[in-house]
Amino acid sequence: MLVYGFINSIILALIALGFSMTFGISRVANFAHGSFYVLGGLLTWFFLRKAGLPYVVSVIAAVLIVGVLGAAMYRFLLVRLRGLELAEVISTFALGLIILELMRSVGIMGFQYRLPPFVPGSVSVFGTYVGIQRLIIVGAGLFLLAIIYLFVHHTRLGLAFRGVAQDDHTAFTVGINPDRISMLSLMVGSMLVSLAAVLILPLGTISVDDGYDILLKSLAVCIIGGLESTFGVLAAAFILGYAEVLTSMYISSSLSMVVPLLCMLVILLIKPSGLFGKHKELEERI
Amino acid sequence: MKEKRRRERIDRPIKAVTDDIYCISSFREIVYLMLPRALPILILLIAVFFVPLYWKKVLVITFIMAIMAISWDFLASCGLISLGQALFFAVGAYISGSLNHYLGWPIYLTIPLATLLGGAVSAMLIFPALRLRGMYFSMVTLIIPLMLMRIIEATKIMGGTEGMSGLSSLPGLPFSISVSVLAMFAALFGLRRLLSSDNGMIFLALKDNDRAVEASGLNTLWFKVKAIYIGSALCAFCGAFMTHYYMSVGLSAFALDLSIFPIASCVLGGIGTLAGPLLGAVILGPLSEALRSLGTFRIVIYSALLVIFIAGLPEGIFPFLKRKYEQTERWV
Repeated sequence: MLVYGFINSIILALIALGFSMTFGISRVANFAHGSFYVLGGLLTWFFLRKAGLPYVVSVIAAVLIVGVLGAAMYRFLLVRLRGLELAEVISTFALGLIILELMRSVGIMGFQYRLPPFVPGSVSVFGTYVGIQRLIIVGAGLFLLAIIYLFVHHTRLGLAFRGVAQDDHTAFTVGINPDRISMLSLMVGSMLVSLAAVLILPLGTISVDDGYDILLKSLAVCIIGGLESTFGVLAAAFILGYAEVLTSMYISSSLSMVVPLLCMLVILLIKPSGLFGKHKELEERI
Repeated sequence: MKEKRRRERIDRPIKAVTDDIYCISSFREIVYLMLPRALPILILLIAVFFVPLYWKKVLVITFIMAIMAISWDFLASCGLISLGQALFFAVGAYISGSLNHYLGWPIYLTIPLATLLGGAVSAMLIFPALRLRGMYFSMVTLIIPLMLMRIIEATKIMGGTEGMSGLSSLPGLPFSISVSVLAMFAALFGLRRLLSSDNGMIFLALKDNDRAVEASGLNTLWFKVKAIYIGSALCAFCGAFMTHYYMSVGLSAFALDLSIFPIASCVLGGIGTLAGPLLGAVILGPLSEALRSLGTFRIVIYSALLVIFIAGLPEGIFPFLKRKYEQTERWV
């Protein structure tokens, strides 16, 4: 149980990472997050099964395509709407819907749409049998978190990201183009989520409804943990992850999807800025 | 430097004259003022009784959706951008459905009760999110209906996945048409009146600058609760009405169409104008009916329209038409 809770938490963190990163830097709440997830999985499936490319190549291609799509969304649509929150929310949401419902109406559903695990089989961890794919998820998840941390704190581009996140006007005066950085942040965010999709989807089938679930989960994680801090996302993911696993073990598995909602409402009532929200966020939120 | 030409907009003389109500002096000016207001209403009122039967039914649904759109627009003018309008609809639908199903109450009790109670229940459900601003509020409103749907699915309360059917129906089509038309115009003019009253000014100020409202010693949270109550009661009425119209209620009351349709018609018609959403709904409703055979692909079309309009004509159709009617343009 502990092991499964841990794995579940890492999955949640992986899902939410891209969303929180995009939002933290460019202030764009990417409501198309869930559809990028499904799209990433589907593109990988397409390259792997229909085009017959090797696994690694198809993963890279899918992640790159989704990344470019995210960047294009910013470049051609969102850049016209900067500052109009209503318009930003509606347009990303609508774009996500277009992608998801288009896939649904084309008929993406069923058992054939599934990715094979990287390495089949399972091993015993602390007395529980766990599929190797899940272990890969944990490893890759932790690795990605570390990479993101290093990237944001120790590279030129990452520092520019943080600069724009803190104050885009000041960043502009020292020669960082906030529009470019925001575009890149959307790109990184969508790449992260499609990478998460590639890692997680071998556990089940690719379905369109996943898109909504993923969006909901990442929103819940981001609201519970403060935004723009990787640590908050991780902590919130662990709270939610264990809460879900505990509910499905002791109460009912069908209720486990309700847990994020309850957690979120409780947190909002007690501490509206989220668990690790900073003062700046508090001002923006309330 | 090359001088850039720009478009100059000048009020038509007749508008300048009729802007002040005291100056109306001729029949022509009265017509200028009344025609754009009275004509659409009259056309709608007359047309609805003379179209073929099938389109009458479509129009009833359109009017109900127009109420949802107007209510969304009202909430958006209060700075509460909801992505889950279906929640309010479903609350009303389920309340009237269960009152009718379990207690056997007649419709002239269940619909008003569902309207009043629905507003209260929705306000309670949304309450934790009300302290949030802007985007954060939208995020939460997106989540709540989907989660409630899961709860009903999982716990099998109120009919579970199948919902409740065999509810009592509305007495006849003329009744539903008149009720829906009247309710729509009541919502439109009622909200317009409300927004121009003292309370309405506070509602509008919530969107523009809620700090200033708070600094004036007004409780923003309480005003937001009031706004949500009004907006969601309207939607709850729609839910209750549709429940009895279809004689059943189910999980489809939470469907995403119901959240996206009001937004689409508001963006199409013009956000913040109240009459715009009505226009948008009257355009989109029959359109979506004509596209019914496409199934979920309709959502794609709505969303595409949303994106096109929000990027291309952000003000919406209604303000656009209004400007054309009131102003002349020329290049200078």
